[in-house]
Amino acid sequence: MIKMLTFAAALAAATALGGVAANAKTLVYCSEASPAGFDPSPWSGGNDFDASSRTIYSRLVEFEHGKTSIMPGLAESWTVSDDGLEYTFKLRPGVKFQTTDYFTPTRDLNADDVIFSFERQWKKDSPWYDYLPGTGWEYFTGMGFPDLLKEIVKVDDLTVKFVLNKPEVAFLPDLGMDFASIVSKEYADQLEKDGNLQQFTQKPIGTGPFQFVDYQVDAVIRYAAWDGYFGGRQKIDDLIFAITPDPAVRAQKLKAGECHIMSYPAPADIAGLQADDNLKVEEQEGLNIGYMAYNTTVAPFDKAEVRKALNMAVNKQAIIDAVYQGAGQVAVNPIPPTMWGYNKDVKDDAYDPEAAKKMLEEAGVKDLSMKIWAMPVSRPYNPNAQRVAEMIQADYAKVGVKADIVSYEWTEYRERGKQKDRDGAFQLGWTGDNGDPDNFFFLLGCDAIGQSNYAIWCNKEFEDLLQKGKATTDQAERTKIYEEAQVVVKREAPWLTIAHSKVFMPMSKKVEGFVMDPLGIHRFDGVDIAE
Amino acid sequence: MFRYILHKLALIVPTIFGITLAAFAFVRLLPGDPILAMAGERGVSPERYAELLERFGYNRPIWVQYFEYIGNVLHGDFGISLATKRPVIGEFLALFPATLELATVAMLLAIIIGIPAGIFAAVKRGSWFDQITMGAALTGYSMPIFWWGLLLIIFFSGTLGWTPVSGRIGLQYFFPSVTGFMLIDSLLSGKSGAFSSAVSHLILPAIVLATIPLAVIARQTRSAMLEVLGEDYVRTARAKGLSPRRVIGIHAFRNALIPVVTTIGLQVGTLMAGAILTETIFSWPGIGKWMIDSIGKRDYVVVQSGLLLIALIVMAVNLVVDLLYAVINPRIRVQ
Amino acid sequence: MSTETTAVPPKATARPGAVAEFWYYFSMNRGAVLGLVVFALLVLVAIFAPLIAPHAPNEQYRDALLTPPIWWENGTAKFILGTDAVGRDILSRLIFGARYSLFIGLVVVTFALTSGIILGVLAGYFGGWVDTLIMRIMDIILSFPSLLLALVLVAILGPGLFNAMLAIAVVLQPHFARLTRAAVMAEKNREYVVSARVAGAGHLRLMLVTILPNCLAPLIVQATLSFSNAILEAAALGFLGMGAQPPTPEWGTMLAAAREFILRAPWVVTFPGLAILITVLAINLIGDGLRDAFDPKLKRS
Repeated sequence: MIKMLTFAAALAAATALGGVAANAKTLVYCSEASPAGFDPSPWSGGNDFDASSRTIYSRLVEFEHGKTSIMPGLAESWTVSDDGLEYTFKLRPGVKFQTTDYFTPTRDLNADDVIFSFERQWKKDSPWYDYLPGTGWEYFTGMGFPDLLKEIVKVDDLTVKFVLNKPEVAFLPDLGMDFASIVSKEYADQLEKDGNLQQFTQKPIGTGPFQFVDYQVDAVIRYAAWDGYFGGRQKIDDLIFAITPDPAVRAQKLKAGECHIMSYPAPADIAGLQADDNLKVEEQEGLNIGYMAYNTTVAPFDKAEVRKALNMAVNKQAIIDAVYQGAGQVAVNPIPPTMWGYNKDVKDDAYDPEAAKKMLEEAGVKDLSMKIWAMPVSRPYNPNAQRVAEMIQADYAKVGVKADIVSYEWTEYRERGKQKDRDGAFQLGWTGDNGDPDNFFFLLGCDAIGQSNYAIWCNKEFEDLLQKGKATTDQAERTKIYEEAQVVVKREAPWLTIAHSKVFMPMSKKVEGFVMDPLGIHRFDGVDIAE
Repeated sequence: MFRYILHKLALIVPTIFGITLAAFAFVRLLPGDPILAMAGERGVSPERYAELLERFGYNRPIWVQYFEYIGNVLHGDFGISLATKRPVIGEFLALFPATLELATVAMLLAIIIGIPAGIFAAVKRGSWFDQITMGAALTGYSMPIFWWGLLLIIFFSGTLGWTPVSGRIGLQYFFPSVTGFMLIDSLLSGKSGAFSSAVSHLILPAIVLATIPLAVIARQTRSAMLEVLGEDYVRTARAKGLSPRRVIGIHAFRNALIPVVTTIGLQVGTLMAGAILTETIFSWPGIGKWMIDSIGKRDYVVVQSGLLLIALIVMAVNLVVDLLYAVINPRIRVQ
Repeated sequence: MSTETTAVPPKATARPGAVAEFWYYFSMNRGAVLGLVVFALLVLVAIFAPLIAPHAPNEQYRDALLTPPIWWENGTAKFILGTDAVGRDILSRLIFGARYSLFIGLVVVTFALTSGIILGVLAGYFGGWVDTLIMRIMDIILSFPSLLLALVLVAILGPGLFNAMLAIAVVLQPHFARLTRAAVMAEKNREYVVSARVAGAGHLRLMLVTILPNCLAPLIVQATLSFSNAILEAAALGFLGMGAQPPTPEWGTMLAAAREFILRAPWVVTFPGLAILITVLAINLIGDGLRDAFDPKLKRS
C-alpha cells in the first residue's frame, strides 16, 4: 500500500513538473547495469555514477565536459594557501536543492551541506557513516582522504575551508570526482528524525541537472529536468535509463527506436549500427590498455626470453580483428599512443611462431603447459577475455605450449590473480583516471605487488625510472624518463600488451550535444533531442 | 480428509527445516569472501575488514550464525543485499510480481491450449491431428528453451519487428503500480495503448516459458483420457447410447482431470527453472534473473534468502496441489 | 519434467520370451524406431568424429571469421555450416559436440541411477527412520527448481563440465530414489520375496537379487528421460556460462558464445540449438517407445 501511494505521488510530481504532457522531450538511454543505489559516494561502478552523481548531484568543482580539466561548480571561486595546506571555497549563492514529493528544501545550499557530504564518509561517530551496512566508502578511502584531511571548517554560510595534513597537487581534481558530490544535510536530518536513513540512497536529493522521479528495480530509472538547476534548465524534460544488460539487446532496442542512445555496444554490432541510416556512432580513442601479465616469479616465466618468446607466438592483429572487431589497435607499450610520453620508437615483438619456438628451445623450455586466465566480464579494454584466451591458446599450441583456460567470479578472479604464487598468465586491463603516464606505469611498480601489479614484477631499472618520474615536475624531462621506461618494459616483457580499444557511443541522429567523456562516464546535461 | 491434511503438514515441517539448512549450507560453501564481495572493486583495508567481519558476525561459530539467521527469518528479516544494501525481502517483493505474471500467463496458455489438444488427440486417437499434436508436443518437451527464445527474438523482433526486444511495457507509459501485474495495471491506468504494449512485451517470453508445460499437459491429458476412455463405465455409458460429447465431456474428462491437475501442479517447479532462462534471454526484471545475477555477483545474502523463498513457494504450491488432489479424488479422502 | 514417470506402473516381470515380445511392441512404434535410428547415427558420429569432421574442432581459420553456411551468400563448401567468431568450423564442432552430449547423458544417468537406486532400495526395504530421513532429503532437493539448484551447486564446485554433470546428477537422482522406493515397497511383501526370506536370504541378496530386477521397467524409462534431461540441463548450464568451458565444443557453451551474434550471424545460434533439439527429441522418442512397450495397459487397447 505504501508503495502504491509513493508511486502515485511520484507520478503527480512528475506531471506537476514542467508539464510532462504531450510535447515533453524525452531522452531514453539504454544503460548496461542497474545502479546499486543513488547515493553517489558509497559505490564505484561507472553505472552507479551515471545514475547518481552525474545526473542528480553536483560538486564543488567540475570536470569540463569531455575533458579532464577543472572548472568551478558549486564553488564560484577558491584560494589555496602558500603552503598548499588550506583550500578556501566560496560557494555559489542561491543554489537550490531539488524539490520533490518526498522532500521540500527550506533553504539553499550552504557550508553545512559541504561539510556533511565529506564528514559522513569520514567520521565514524556520524550515524551516516554506517547507514548502509558494510559500506567502506571505498573511493573516499581509496583516494587517501582519511589521512589527507585534517579538518573542514565553516567560515561563514557560503565559505568553507579544507585543511590538509600534507600538500596534495591532485586535491582539486579529486573534489571533482563522483564520491565528492554534495548532498543535502537538511534532507539527511529530516530522514534521521524519521528514522528512515535508507531512503537517502533510494530517493536522492541533489543540486544537479536532473531530479529523481522513479526507479523500477532492474528495469527503468526515470528523471525529470530540475527547473531550479543553477546551470540552467535542461532542454530535455525527461531522462529515462532503460536498464538492458545484454549488449545485443541494447543494440536492437536502439535500432527499433526504443532508446535514443546506448552504452558499450558489442564490437560485433558496431558495423551494423554504423550502417543504420537513423543512427550515428561516435567514437573515441580509449585511455586504456588490455594486457596479459605473466607471473614473473615462477619458472620458466622468470626468464625474460621465455616471456618474449611467448609474446612473439601471439598473433595480436588477429585478436584485434576477431575480438575487438577492428575497434582497437595492437598495443606496443603499456600506455596508449594518445598519451604524452608515449615512445613511438619502441618496436613491437614481431609475430613469428618459428622464431618463438626456437627461442623457447634455446631457453630449455620443453612441453610447457600453463594456464591462461580469462576475466568473466566484458570491459572496454577487453570485450571478451574468454575469446582472447582461446586465440592465445591456439597460437601457443603452434609453438608447442599447451594452455588451459581458467576463470573465476569477478571479485574472486582479481583476488586470486594477486597471489604471489599464482599459476599462469593473467588477463586484465586498465582505464586511466587522469591523463598522467604515472597512472599507468605504477601498475608495474614494486609497491603495487600484491595489489595491482599482476606480473609480480619488480625490476630495479624500471622502479628507479618510475620513482624519478614521480619526483620530477618538468614534463619534457618526465617524457624522457617514461620513454626509457617503455624500452625497459618492452625488453623485459612482464606483460603481453594486447590492445588499446576504442570506445563507441551509438545514438539516434536526433540526439544533439552528447559529448563523450575520456574517463568513461555518461553525462546527459546539455543534451538535446531534435523533434 | 482432515487427517490427510494434518499428515501432509506434519511432513512439511522437517522439509522446511531442511531447506533452511540447505540454503544456509550452500551459501557458506560458495567460494569467495562476503566481506570482499561487499567492499567492491577497490578492496578494503585490513582494519575495516576486521571491523566488518565483527559487525556481520561472519567470525562467529557457524551454528550461532545459523540460528541467528533462522531467528531473523522468523521475524521476516531476510537480510540486506551485499551489493545494493537494500533489504532482500524488499527486492524480492519488487521483482516477484514480474515473475508471477509471466508464469501465470505461461501456465494459462499451457492449460488453455494443452488440455483441449490432449482431449481431441485422445478422442481421435491415431488420426493425423493426434499424430501432429503429439509430434509437436514431444518436440516442445525436448526443446532447449533458451535457444527457442533466441530464435523467436531473431524472427519476431529482428526480422519482422513485431514485438519489442525486452522490458515489460513501452517506456512512454508510466503509471502507478497497483497490483504489480503489468497487464492489470495497464488497464487500470486507463491510458490508451498501454495494455496492448504490455501484451506485446509479454507474449514472446510467455510463449517460451509455456512451451514445456504445454507439451507435458497435452501429453498427460491425452494419456489420462485414453485410460479413462478404456474404462468399463465409459464403455457402458457409450453402450447406453449417451451422446459422445456427453461421454467425453462429463464422464471421461472429470476422471481424467485428476492426473492432469497433479501434472499442472508439478509444473510449477519447472516454471521456476524455466523462468531463470526466459528472464535472462528477455531481460525480464523478475526473480529468476535476480538469482542468476546474484550468484554471479556472489551476493551471498540474496542467494541464501532467494533460495529459501523460492523453495518455500514451490513447496507451498505443491501442498496446495496435494490438497486439491484430495478434494477431487475421493479415494484419498477416505483414507 | 519428472511427471512422465507417474504414468508408469511397475509391472514388468522377467519371463521367457519377454525380450522378443518387448521388441515386438517397441518396433510397432514408428516414432520410437525413428528415434532409435537417429540416436544410433549420433552414436556413430560421436565415435567416428575425427574421421567424419572436415576440420579439427578447435582449428581457428583466422581469415574466415563468421563465414555463413554454404547456401548463403558468401558461403563456401569448405565450411558447410559456416564458422564462428574465431573462424572455427561449426559443423566439425557440432560433430565433436555430439561426444560431449552423449557422454554427459551417460555419466549423469549412471551417477543418478546408481545413487538413486541405492537410496531408494534402502528407504523402501528398511522403512522406518531410514526411509523418513532419505525421503525428506529427496523432498528438500526437489523443493528447489532443478536448474537453480544445479547452478548453485556448480557455483560451489566451480564451473566446468565434470562439476556440471555432478550437479545435474544430484538434481535428477531423487526421481530414481522415489521410483525405486515405491517399487520396492510394492514388491517386498509379495510371496516370492517372503519365501526367499524364509529360505534364509540375507538383506543384501533380498534387496539386490530378489526385489530389484522386478522394479527395472520404470527405472529404464526414467533413465531414458533423465538422459535427455541431462543433455538439456547441461546445455542450459553451458549457456549460462556455468557448464563446460570454452573452447570445449559443447553445444550449450557454443550457444552462449554465439549470443552476441544473434543479429549479425544467426547461423552460429541456429545449429547448436538444432543439434540439441534433435538429440533430445530422438531420445525422448525412444523413451516413449520403451514406456509403451513396458506398459501392458496401453498394449491392450
